[in-house]
Amino acid sequence: MSAILLLIIGLGAMAAGYFIYSRFLAKVIFKLDDKFKTPAHEFEDGVDFVPTNKFVLWGHHFTSVAGAAPIVGPAIAVIWGWLPAFLWVTIGTIFFAGIHDFGAIWASVRNKAKSVGTLTGEVVSNRTRSIFMIVIFLVLLMVNGVFGVVIAKLLINNPGSVVPVWGAIAVALVIGQLIYRAKMSLPIVSLLGVTALYFLIYIGPSVPVALPEQVMGMSDNAAWILILFAYAAVASLLPVWMLLQPRDYINGLQLFVGLIALYAAVLIGNPTVVAPMINNNLPADTPSMIPLLFVTIACGAISGFHGLVASGTTSKQLNRESDARFVGYFGATGEGALALAAIIAGTAGFASLADWQAVYTAFGQGGVLAFVNGGATILSQGTGMDAAVAGTMLTVMAALFAGTTMDTGLRLQRYIFQEWGEIYDIKWMAKAAPATLLSVGSCLLLAFGAGGADGSGGLLIWPLFGTTNQLLAGLTLLVVTVMLVRRGSPTIYALVPLIFLLSMTLYALLLQLKGFYLKSDWFLFGLDLVVLVAAVLVTLECTATLRRVKREKKAEAGNA
Amino acid sequence: MNKTLARFKYWYRRASAAGTEYYNAPYRAAIARAQRDEDDLFMLLVFGEMMGIPNPASWYCLELQPLLLERFHDWHTRMGMERSPLDNMRCC
Repeated sequence: MSAILLLIIGLGAMAAGYFIYSRFLAKVIFKLDDKFKTPAHEFEDGVDFVPTNKFVLWGHHFTSVAGAAPIVGPAIAVIWGWLPAFLWVTIGTIFFAGIHDFGAIWASVRNKAKSVGTLTGEVVSNRTRSIFMIVIFLVLLMVNGVFGVVIAKLLINNPGSVVPVWGAIAVALVIGQLIYRAKMSLPIVSLLGVTALYFLIYIGPSVPVALPEQVMGMSDNAAWILILFAYAAVASLLPVWMLLQPRDYINGLQLFVGLIALYAAVLIGNPTVVAPMINNNLPADTPSMIPLLFVTIACGAISGFHGLVASGTTSKQLNRESDARFVGYFGATGEGALALAAIIAGTAGFASLADWQAVYTAFGQGGVLAFVNGGATILSQGTGMDAAVAGTMLTVMAALFAGTTMDTGLRLQRYIFQEWGEIYDIKWMAKAAPATLLSVGSCLLLAFGAGGADGSGGLLIWPLFGTTNQLLAGLTLLVVTVMLVRRGSPTIYALVPLIFLLSMTLYALLLQLKGFYLKSDWFLFGLDLVVLVAAVLVTLECTATLRRVKREKKAEAGNA
Repeated sequence: MNKTLARFKYWYRRASAAGTEYYNAPYRAAIARAQRDEDDLFMLLVFGEMMGIPNPASWYCLELQPLLLERFHDWHTRMGMERSPLDNMRCC
């Protein structure tokens, strides 16, 4: 199988989805209307509500939803063969993620740009809103825990990337100062920043840094995880303009550079997909593909996290209602393209099937390392770049994505703790520093609790992260469906993804629960149980709400 | 040559504007909040003495008071005081 063919079919299908299906959604289902005054105009204040050019808005909607998750998930899921992952990413992007992201923006724009969390309270019920808060907290907790483990693995796997990964933070700090204090113009600063970053990537392999195997009685992996969380705690307390904003900006540039380079290398080098179409020779202990595939790949096919971005920030800046299609649906398409690149890197970046099998020795293996190593091979064969530099470049890309998600995630988690502190009148918890410590503590507990003392098994939580992410997506789809019912639009296009998602999530949780029980892994068993309870509550809430709304609608029709 | 230069300048300016918007858009709110926090501190510097906080800087900031009056009301409500705490400044 040629990788070019995979790429063309995948991108072609997603493009068709954008041009045909999203147009249908915009016209028939959401009935977008440019005469509708969007919140960006209605409440324009120059701060939160600002009508923004749709290309700019797409740019940062896409860069804030695309992170390390659409790389890690698909690169783990190709263990079942390339076809299942490929199909779920393309079909998921077209029929699931598209309507979810697009619908979230639409629902929010039609409700004064409120966030999905508030909308569940208003459109569905207050009880659902409480469930929503718990699910968000679980998602943040898991994403922070897992990404700490992912970055630690990346840094150990590629010691040459240590200097550029940490150097990138210094570069970001300098960029922030140059823009805010020295008021330098952005194109010059970007040029300087990107040059400095790529210089670091270029020299990285010649100055490898590795921690000793034992650091104060801990393994190097555990030490890196602790260092990363210490960094993330400090970073999440800094003012955003100092580090987060310039780093996000560099990440955005990196994302475009990385994607274009990878796709170009595939087109030039035309590597062969060595992984089997469907892997019949699965390593022992690999869970069943159905339902696990659908929670292993969350971002890249459908992810509830996008709903938070779509409704929290994007909807406040939408210039015209019809822009929702480009920003939301095409944003999801961009993420699908990244996931597709991860699939290609994880299946075509190996010399032979035996090499591939040597990496995918167990479920949870491969993952981001397979993306980095496979992608580096493709890059160096396609563009003639030095393999070590290519590997460092992709490692830096993945580590920076994961790092930004970590410090944003910790910041959000801290806000939740602070809010709880205020709601329940616990004075100390409402302060920034203790709330940050609580957040970091809970994430560390998760990373080490799941992975043992050296934190190496943290990726076991990955499918659990997927399930919570899907629950979040389910709640957003519920809001969209309820709004569609009230409007008298066809609901099936949102309802089918919702039902599919919830049933696969419940099934996956039950299956994993059994697995953890048999392995006597009580920590993960407990965590799974918590998510399962949330999932059951979400399902009940969905059924009850939809029945209630349909009854209301019928009564209304009867009265009229 | 001049024409090319002018065109280049035009495109540079457009790229710079789009880039700046891309850079700033996601963080407008957070930065406005940070700015407000700093402004609040500044207000405290100017009006602190009147509220019973000994502050040698107040005397030097005296002439700034009229300039900040318009923002005074927003500030004291944000600081958790519904009414103006000062006898000589009845803004509400």
